[in-house]
Amino acid sequence: MNWLLVVAGAMVGAPLRHLTDRAVQARHDTVFPWGTFAVNVTGCLVLGLLSGAAAHGAAPPSLRLLLGTGLCGALTTYSTFSYETLRLAEDGARFLAAANVVAGVGAGLGAAFAGAAFAQAVWA
Amino acid sequence: MTTPRDQAIEPTGPGLGPSVSARRGALSHGQAPVIAVVAVGGALGAAARYGASLAWPTPAGAFPWTTLLVNAVGCAVIGVFMVIISDVWVAPRLVRPFFGTGVLGGFTTFSTYAVDIQHLVRSGHARIGLAYLAATLLAALAAVWSAAAVTRRLISRRTT
Repeated sequence: MNWLLVVAGAMVGAPLRHLTDRAVQARHDTVFPWGTFAVNVTGCLVLGLLSGAAAHGAAPPSLRLLLGTGLCGALTTYSTFSYETLRLAEDGARFLAAANVVAGVGAGLGAAFAGAAFAQAVWA
Repeated sequence: MTTPRDQAIEPTGPGLGPSVSARRGALSHGQAPVIAVVAVGGALGAAARYGASLAWPTPAGAFPWTTLLVNAVGCAVIGVFMVIISDVWVAPRLVRPFFGTGVLGGFTTFSTYAVDIQHLVRSGHARIGLAYLAATLLAALAAVWSAAAVTRRLISRRTT
């Protein structure tokens, strides 16, 4: 049952990442990978909220597996984040490569903390 | 009554359309198989990540080695994979969405990385959290860079 929850969440999260990335990338003309940035920050916010809710008994373990391990885990990606950083660096856009790392990690952490703080305010 | 999918028009793929609006129109053509293989690949990758977390669980307050290794391995594999499908192998249309976007994207995770750091900081383990932040970043970037470099070198040695 646990495996099914993870698989079901991932079967939504991964296509959602693909579609979000395509939609975001079609709407700007820069080389900065805003699509991956958007899905990673969104996933961090949702997982921060979810794990904050779980810490206060407001989210059952099954929901954590479905939405946390499955959906957020598959919605966000470290492999594409790293690969896009490498591509920027190799293409000579070293500043953008560094900016991608700093902004990606900074905004992801900010979103995780914000989600947890929101959960604390609602469920504590 | 024909739906867009009934028409035998192959999508041109991202970046090949003449304009943004034309590219958006192409989104509706033949996207169903791409989304399906991304979903199946993502499920396989996420299940592998979940399996790793069960096999090597991380105690509360401890350094999350399992997630670090999962992310580093995923980054090394994408480094090899992208060089192969860019330089040597003309892969069928669905290979990259299935394996790159689906399997590797589902296997690696950014949300667990960020939320684990948040947990460590909030539970009084800020040092471990910061070490984990930096170690994952370094391991991931070193993995994708060295895997791509080694793969390119092996390919050029084989073809010259």
